[in-house]
Amino acid sequence: MLLLILKRIGLGLITLFIVSLITFVGVEVLPGDACTTYLEREAYGAALDACIKRLGLDIPAYERYLDWASNVVRGDFGYSLSGEMPINEVLGPRVKNSLVLASVSILIGIPLAIVLGIITALWRDKLPDIMISTITIFSMTIPEFISATLLILIVAIWLGWLPGIVIIPSDATFYELLSNIILPVVAISMIMTAHMARMVRSSVIQVMASDYVQMAILKGVPYWKMVFRHVLPNALLPAINVVALTIAWLLGGVVVTEVVFNYPGLGRLVIESISNRDLPVVQALAIILASIYVGINLIADLMTLMLNPRLKSLQIRK
Amino acid sequence: MNEIIESVKNLSIGFNSQKGKQISILRNVSTNIKKGETVGIVGESGSGKSTLALAMMGYIKQGLFPLKGECLFKSEDLLKMSSRQLEKIRGRKIAMIPQNAGQALTPNLKIGYQIDEALRLHTDLNKTERDKKISELLNKVRLPSPETMAFRYPHELSGGQQQRVAVAMALAGKPDLLLLDEPTTGLDVTTQAHVLELLRFIAKDTGTSMIYVSHDLGAIAQVSDRIVVMYAGEIVLEGPARKILKEPIHPYTYGLLKSIPKLSLAGLPASMPGSQPQPGSINEGCSFYDRCNLATNHCKKNSPDLEHIKELDTNVRCFNHKELINQNNNLQTSITKKLNNSEAIEVLKLKDVSISYAKQKFFDQLLNKISDQNPTVKDINIDIKKGETIALVGESGSGKSTILKSIAGLLKTKDGQIKFENDRILSSDLKMRNPNDLRAIQLIFQNPDESLNPNHTVEQILSQPLKLYFNLSGEELKKNIIDLLKKVRLGEFYMSRYPRQLSGGEKQRVAVARAFAAKPDIILCDEVTSALDVSVQAAVLNLLQQLKEDLGTTYVFVSHDLAVVRAISDRVAVLYQGRLCEIGPSQNVYKFPSHPYTEVLLGAVLEPDPDIKPKLVAEDIVEEKPPEKGCSFQGRCPRKIGDICNSEVPPWQIGENGNAIRCHINIEELASLQQ
Repeated sequence: MLLLILKRIGLGLITLFIVSLITFVGVEVLPGDACTTYLEREAYGAALDACIKRLGLDIPAYERYLDWASNVVRGDFGYSLSGEMPINEVLGPRVKNSLVLASVSILIGIPLAIVLGIITALWRDKLPDIMISTITIFSMTIPEFISATLLILIVAIWLGWLPGIVIIPSDATFYELLSNIILPVVAISMIMTAHMARMVRSSVIQVMASDYVQMAILKGVPYWKMVFRHVLPNALLPAINVVALTIAWLLGGVVVTEVVFNYPGLGRLVIESISNRDLPVVQALAIILASIYVGINLIADLMTLMLNPRLKSLQIRK
Repeated sequence: MNEIIESVKNLSIGFNSQKGKQISILRNVSTNIKKGETVGIVGESGSGKSTLALAMMGYIKQGLFPLKGECLFKSEDLLKMSSRQLEKIRGRKIAMIPQNAGQALTPNLKIGYQIDEALRLHTDLNKTERDKKISELLNKVRLPSPETMAFRYPHELSGGQQQRVAVAMALAGKPDLLLLDEPTTGLDVTTQAHVLELLRFIAKDTGTSMIYVSHDLGAIAQVSDRIVVMYAGEIVLEGPARKILKEPIHPYTYGLLKSIPKLSLAGLPASMPGSQPQPGSINEGCSFYDRCNLATNHCKKNSPDLEHIKELDTNVRCFNHKELINQNNNLQTSITKKLNNSEAIEVLKLKDVSISYAKQKFFDQLLNKISDQNPTVKDINIDIKKGETIALVGESGSGKSTILKSIAGLLKTKDGQIKFENDRILSSDLKMRNPNDLRAIQLIFQNPDESLNPNHTVEQILSQPLKLYFNLSGEELKKNIIDLLKKVRLGEFYMSRYPRQLSGGEKQRVAVARAFAAKPDIILCDEVTSALDVSVQAAVLNLLQQLKEDLGTTYVFVSHDLAVVRAISDRVAVLYQGRLCEIGPSQNVYKFPSHPYTEVLLGAVLEPDPDIKPKLVAEDIVEEKPPEKGCSFQGRCPRKIGDICNSEVPPWQIGENGNAIRCHINIEELASLQQ
C-alpha cells in the first residue's frame, strides 16, 4: 500500500515536471520574450536592456529553466512584471479568496448534490424525482454567465438584497468576504450540484437494480437500513472521482463566474495576467493549477482504493 | 409431514405491454409446498420459474404486478402484506439462496457482517452468542477455517465458497422454507456436486422445506421429492420426482428429457423443434401445440386443464398424455452419429505448446521472450485429424479456452509450435498469418448475444466473411447468404432481422452460419452450447454434427459439460490446470481405467435420474495456479501414491483401448482400483 502511494506521488511529480517544461518551452517559442511583450512599443534601447538584465534573459534557456525550477521548488516564483512585486505576494490573497469561494461552494454543493441524487434515485419516476430532475437539467443547460447575470438582475437590482458585484480589496477578511460571496456561490453551485446530482442518481439506480440489493430485500433487511448499508457505500464510490474533479475545477478558478461578479480569485488573475502579458505570473499559475489537479486526483484515487475492498486487496496482492 | 407450509392459488403475474395490453408471464399457477418436502421447479429460460419462486417470497420484480391469485404462507397472503410485515417473514420464515452468490453478496461488507446482519434481524442473540453462531454456521456449510472466513470480503472467496456463504446466511434465521434459485448454475461440476450434497444434508438435518428452481434436470433429480415442470408460464406437469423423470407423461417433459445428453449414451440427443412461445403470443389452444408431435386439431383450439391422474399421483396438462404412458424405454435412446474415419490425415498439430499469462518483465519485453517457469498451459501435444471432433474438457482454469485462443491466433504461445496442413508452422500471432490461414480457422463463441453485432442485420453479419474472403457482391453474395441460412435451417426472411429479434438458438445458428461462411477447414467451438437451453442445445449439437458430416469440417470443441462432449466428440482430451491428463477416443475415455481427474469429473456429473447419485471422491478446493513440479493434479488427487506425485511429471501410459493416461499408477492397477 505504501509503495503504491509512493508510486502515485512519483507519477504526480513527473506530471508536474512535464507541465513546467511545456509552459516554459511555450513561453520560449512565442515570438519575442517577456520583456518585448511587456514593454511593447518601448522595447528598445536601454529600457529593453535593463529589463533583459533584470529578468536574466541573456543567459541560455536551459540554465534559466533550472534556475526557475529550483526556485519554484523552494516556493519562490520570482517577480511579476506588471506590479513589479514578488509573485508570491500577488498570488497569496488570490489563492485565499479562491479557497474561500471553493470551500463554501463545496460545503453547500456536494452534500446537496448527494442528497438530491439519492432522493431522485429512490423516488425514481415519482413526483420528487420529476421535479428535482427538471430543475437540475434546467440549471445544467443554462450557461453560467447567463444564470449569474440573471441572479444579479433579480436579487441585486430588482430586490436589492445583496450586492451585485464584489467590491472588496483582495486582502479582505473572511467575514467581509462571506456576505459578498453568496451570489457567486449560488451561481457556481447551480451547475456543480446539478451535474453531480445526476451522476449520483444514475449510480444509485444502478446499484438498486443489483443482485445484492435484491438479496438484501429478500433477507428481510429494512428499507432504510438497506439503503445506508448496502446501497450508498457502493453507489457513492464512483462519485468520489467526480467530486475530486469538481473540487479541482473550483479551486482552479471559476473564470467566468469570477469575471461576472468581479471576484478577486485565481480565475480572474489568469485572465488579467494573460491580458497584461505578465508571463512569469502565467507560468506560476500554470504550475499551481496543475499541482491542484494532480494533488486532488491523487487524494481521490487513494480514497477510492481505501474504500473499495476489491481494489484494496488486489493492489496488496500485487 | 403433510402440513402445508405455502400454497400458491391461481396465481397470474404479468406486465403492461407498450400497446397497453396486459400480458401475463405466469398463468393460473397453483401448487402446495408441504413441510419437510423439497420441490423442484424446472423449466427453460422464460418459463416463469424464477418469477414464481420470487412471488413465493412476496417479491415481484419491478415492472411486473400480480394479476390475480394469492401466495398463502401459513394461510396469510404474502402479496397483500406491507413491506413491514414482509421484513418479518423474509429471512426468518422464508429464506433465499440466490443464483449467483458472487453478485448477491454486497461487495463492501465482510462475510461475517452479512451473516451477522441476518442474525441481528431474525434472532434475539447478543453479540457474543452471534459471533459463536457465525462460526457455527460457517462450519455447518463446511467452509475451511470458519473463524477467519468471517473477516473476508466476498470477492476473496471462490465461487463455491461464496455459494456456501449464501447458504449459511439463509440458515441464520432458521427458516421454515428455503428458496433456491439456480443455486449451482455457474459452478464447476465438482463444486456443484458438493454444494448439492450439502443442500441435501441440510434439508435432512433441519427438516426445512425447499423449493429448488433450476433449468438443470440433473440437479433437480438429485434433490427433489416432487417436481413441477413449467412451460410458457404454466405448470404442465407436476408429481413425484421419480415418476416425472422416469415416466414423463407430458410431451414437453418427455422431449426435454430426451434432449439432455447422457453420460451412459454415445450419440446425439434428440432435439425438440421450435422454441418456447413469447409471453402474450398464445391466444387459444395449448401453449405447446407448435412443438408437439402428439398435437391434434383439438389441441389447436382448446387449451388443456391440469388433470389429476390418481394412479400416478401426477397432474398433467395434456389431452393426449395417455399416448406417452409406457414409452419410457425410448428415453434411453439417442441418434447415432457417423464415426469419423480415423485413417484421415492430420490437419492441425500442437507440439509442446505452452502459454503464459504472466506479465512480461521489462527486459524480457525488449528481448521479446516470456520467462515464466510455470506457465498457465504447458506441454500440450495434440494431433488433430481431418474431419474429427476433438473435445477439450476440464473445469474453469483448466486452460481449455486458452489453448483455443492460441490456435485462433488471439493469444501468443510461449513455447512450442502450432502446425497446420503439411506441418507448416502457424504463427500464434494473428497479424503474422496469411489471409488463407485466417479463413481456414474460424471461431464460434459461447455467447451469441455478445459475438453478434446488435446493430447489424443477419444479412450484414453473414456478408462480412463472404466479402472479405471471397470478394462476393450483388446477386452472388445474396445467393450465398441464403444458402448459408438454409444450411443452418433458417428461412430467407431472417436476412433482414437484427440479433435482438432472434431467440437464443437462432442467434447461435447465425453464429454457426457466419463461421461456415468462410468455408473453413477447422472450426473452434468455445462452449457453444452452454448459454443455451437444453432443448435448443440438442438442436445446435445436431446441426453441428450434420454440417460436419456434409462438409467434412474439423471441430475443436471446448466444453465443461462431459455429457455434451460425450455426445458430439470423436476424441476427448482432459485437462487440469493447463496440463493434459488423458486423451483418447471418447468411448474409451468414458470407460475405466481413467486418469484420477477424469474419474472425479465423471463421478460428479449429475444425471437426470434419481437413482444415479454423484460420487464425490475429491475435495472441491480451488487451486489458483498449477503446481511447479510433479503431477498437475497432485493437490486434489484421491489416488495420490506419495512423494513421486509431487516431484515428478507422470509418464504417459497407453491403455489397451487406445487412450493415453498420464499417471504414476500403473494402468492395470488403475483399472482394478476403479472397478
